[in-house]
Amino acid sequence: MEIVRSQRKVADAAAPPGLSLYRSAPAVEVRLEDFELYSIHRLRVLQGISDGLSRGKKPEEMEKLVKELWRTHMRHQDPSEDMNKDIISHFVLRLVYCRTEELRKWFLSMETALFRYRFRLESPESQRTLMSEFQLPYKSISHAEFEAVKDKLNQVARSTGQLSNALISINLCYMQAPFEEVPDLVANRRVFLLKGFAYVAMTQVVSLVSTHFRSIVSKALVLTNRKWTSTIRDKEKNRLTPIVEALSTSYLGPDYSQPKDFSEISLKDIDRLANSSFPLCMRHLFDKLRENHHLKHGGRMQLGLFLKGVGLRLEDALLFWKSEFSQKVGPEKFDKEYAYSIRHNYGKEGKRTDYTPYSCQKIISSTPSVGDHHGCPYRHFSEENLRAALGKMGVGGRSVDDILDKVRNRHYQIACTLTFEAIHAASCDTGINHPNQYFDASQKILQNKSQTTS
Amino acid sequence: MTKEETSFERDDMQIDGHDTERLQVGKIPGGFCAEHLKVYYGKLFPYADMYRWLSYGNDGKHPACDHSYFARREISYTFENDIFMRYQSFNNASDMENSIRDKCPLKIDIGPVYSVEPSKRHAYAQSGNNVFVPVERELIFDIDMSDYDDVRYCCSGADVCLDCWPLMTVAIKVLDTALRDDFGFNHILWVYSGRRGVHCWVCDGRARRLSNEQRSSIADYFRVYKGGENNVKRVNLTGQVLHPFLARSYTNVLKGFFEEKLLTVQNLFAYEERSQKVLEIIPDESIASELHDRWQGNRRSSISKEDVNVVRWEQLKHVLQSGKQKGLRRCVEEIVFTYTYPRLDVEVSKHMNHLLKAPFCVHPKTGRVCVPIDPSDCDNFDPTTAPTLSELLEELNNSMRSESEEEWERTSLGKSIKFFRSSFLSPLLKSCKEEMENLYNSKAKQSKNALDW
Repeated sequence: MEIVRSQRKVADAAAPPGLSLYRSAPAVEVRLEDFELYSIHRLRVLQGISDGLSRGKKPEEMEKLVKELWRTHMRHQDPSEDMNKDIISHFVLRLVYCRTEELRKWFLSMETALFRYRFRLESPESQRTLMSEFQLPYKSISHAEFEAVKDKLNQVARSTGQLSNALISINLCYMQAPFEEVPDLVANRRVFLLKGFAYVAMTQVVSLVSTHFRSIVSKALVLTNRKWTSTIRDKEKNRLTPIVEALSTSYLGPDYSQPKDFSEISLKDIDRLANSSFPLCMRHLFDKLRENHHLKHGGRMQLGLFLKGVGLRLEDALLFWKSEFSQKVGPEKFDKEYAYSIRHNYGKEGKRTDYTPYSCQKIISSTPSVGDHHGCPYRHFSEENLRAALGKMGVGGRSVDDILDKVRNRHYQIACTLTFEAIHAASCDTGINHPNQYFDASQKILQNKSQTTS
Repeated sequence: MTKEETSFERDDMQIDGHDTERLQVGKIPGGFCAEHLKVYYGKLFPYADMYRWLSYGNDGKHPACDHSYFARREISYTFENDIFMRYQSFNNASDMENSIRDKCPLKIDIGPVYSVEPSKRHAYAQSGNNVFVPVERELIFDIDMSDYDDVRYCCSGADVCLDCWPLMTVAIKVLDTALRDDFGFNHILWVYSGRRGVHCWVCDGRARRLSNEQRSSIADYFRVYKGGENNVKRVNLTGQVLHPFLARSYTNVLKGFFEEKLLTVQNLFAYEERSQKVLEIIPDESIASELHDRWQGNRRSSISKEDVNVVRWEQLKHVLQSGKQKGLRRCVEEIVFTYTYPRLDVEVSKHMNHLLKAPFCVHPKTGRVCVPIDPSDCDNFDPTTAPTLSELLEELNNSMRSESEEEWERTSLGKSIKFFRSSFLSPLLKSCKEEMENLYNSKAKQSKNALDW
């Protein structure tokens, strides 16, 4: 995208005033300050969405959150500029986030979520206008078709708690779409499926629309990346490139894939550290490993990468895992079957990618199965087990009730933050977003304490 | 256990800890040995059928055929002591046959179709990045009996018997119906995994082209069982009524199976520790302890005519269903789902690049051939009578070959291969041909339109 452009008129007059599909780059001149400022504002919105999602907020809560975020950050003092600010900031962030697979993935998810909730906030008329803009190839089902599946549609509606006992009337229009196009509705069993077709209620079309939005932006990002690497990066070497590169790093949070130089831990300290500074999810895995001398794949990944981030060197990691696993499977089998994947985590095998420790968001959204111990205890433990686990960490009394209260409202990261505060008797203003952040913050507090006492 | 049969890929292997599992030529009564396997690969393994299947009609003469299709499919071998040979690929049936006969692998896995030939991936890698990616893959499911260890008391781990095998039959019925009726798939192959599980291959073009996200959505649609070791209540059904798919599974399959079979066969209420396990699922502690006390008192009830399991289940249902709390009514269903609903290894289904053991392999521990299972007659499939390698060789030795026959026709494998051909392969290839024809015609039309312009 070019910054000073003027060949086309601003946005289509037919487009609804609220929401843009970002089909083409804005045709306005943009001042360099706005270029940066607008995109920072938009990033705050996306970051807020990311936080909200990782806290497991419900759709209604997300809707409120997005509305709030948008109002706080994306309003322009001149209302007629709102639309431009929206479009400009989107296109700038495309540039910023087009450059690696991981950046693209994050941007795509957040922009789609943003679009999704903004779409929900639109009036039915403008929703319909947007639908026609997408030129979605779906037809509404006929009356006869509706009658044939009415009972099932009712059953689905009631199973998802959308309608109490009220019967769905024909007014509530349904569309038939291939199930592939509404993966989120399929995954949550929120649609009726018949022979490969999903019956999507008018109130659910947001799923169809966001699938299309996502694919438009996804394709665009790949193209942008191509343009960026082939021309823009060099052409804008002195002007835009530094801004673009700074923007993507400053808001992604710290990178935990490489332990910082000063923080290297040795094997003999590991039990002490696990006791004092591991978050519950890691401590649980650690204890289970010591107890069973084994962890399944999900657990090995979650704990292994965390330990790497904490500063356990590869050689020590191999020793550590071997000392446990060989008690169960024998040293020979360990060398043959497990050592490889540990070296792999450190980027020494296979693709040689240095894998990043899992964030809270990733851990919370994991799906542990029979025999698994990974995942987020606040989310995946039953209340009794969580209570017991907290007790083991030395958290008791009122704190436990506060924590469980957060858990019931699905604020898992806040629950973890409260645990942190209870254990360290110190506040944690930033909140916990990453197990390695928990560890670092804990170490910082403990080191300060030992300095003041000595 | 899954990882013995499938392995998650990041471009290398994940090997999960199934502690006692390692592919070794086991000492089995049937007598499995490398020599026998050589004969099997030499005379019985149905190469031509496998090739025709995995070519999906691209081995024909139609102008729309993609002749590189089969060659871009990954085949992987496993040898003794878990030595893997990944990324094998072959140009045609005879290449594949020669390689398998020559290498004589203990296990053959089928991976995805990649953008380029897997065996030449390094050559392609030099010409740019990201060219070696999976582009097509059957939608697959892996169900393993060892995931049911907490609900079966007859065997555990690797063992299966006719008391617990029906859990697999139930899984086949529930999934097969939903894949056909809900998702509209038609070409579904069910295969016995050779020991204690089943594999499912959904082969429709539409299924093969699903993205990872779409695969995940299907896996989640089927997932009812949630929470790991640390969550007692693993099935949580919410909402006023069940989704039509769950309701249908419950009334048509699960309920009957639980009440008429599992309940008594596994003696779910005959021992305190077993009934306690059921009671743990009930969220209302006072009701659970009331039932517990009641059963404690008359341990072997005086009304001995009736089966104790049936009596106690009826009591439990009565208490829960007469209760006023809504959540408790649903609890009866939750118990049935917990004990009978299919437990999938969802990771296998979510990604295109999982490997899955090929049909007609021989399981090295049991010597049994991974034969197809007819979903419409799965009640009559008996894993303990699936053909074994040694039986097959004996049948070969004991009969004379007539001119026109293939070797396998003289063995008990014949039935399985015939079923594979008639019920799976020919309808599949017929629809592949139609799909190809349609695609070709619509393309021809398009290009004609383009010319008109």
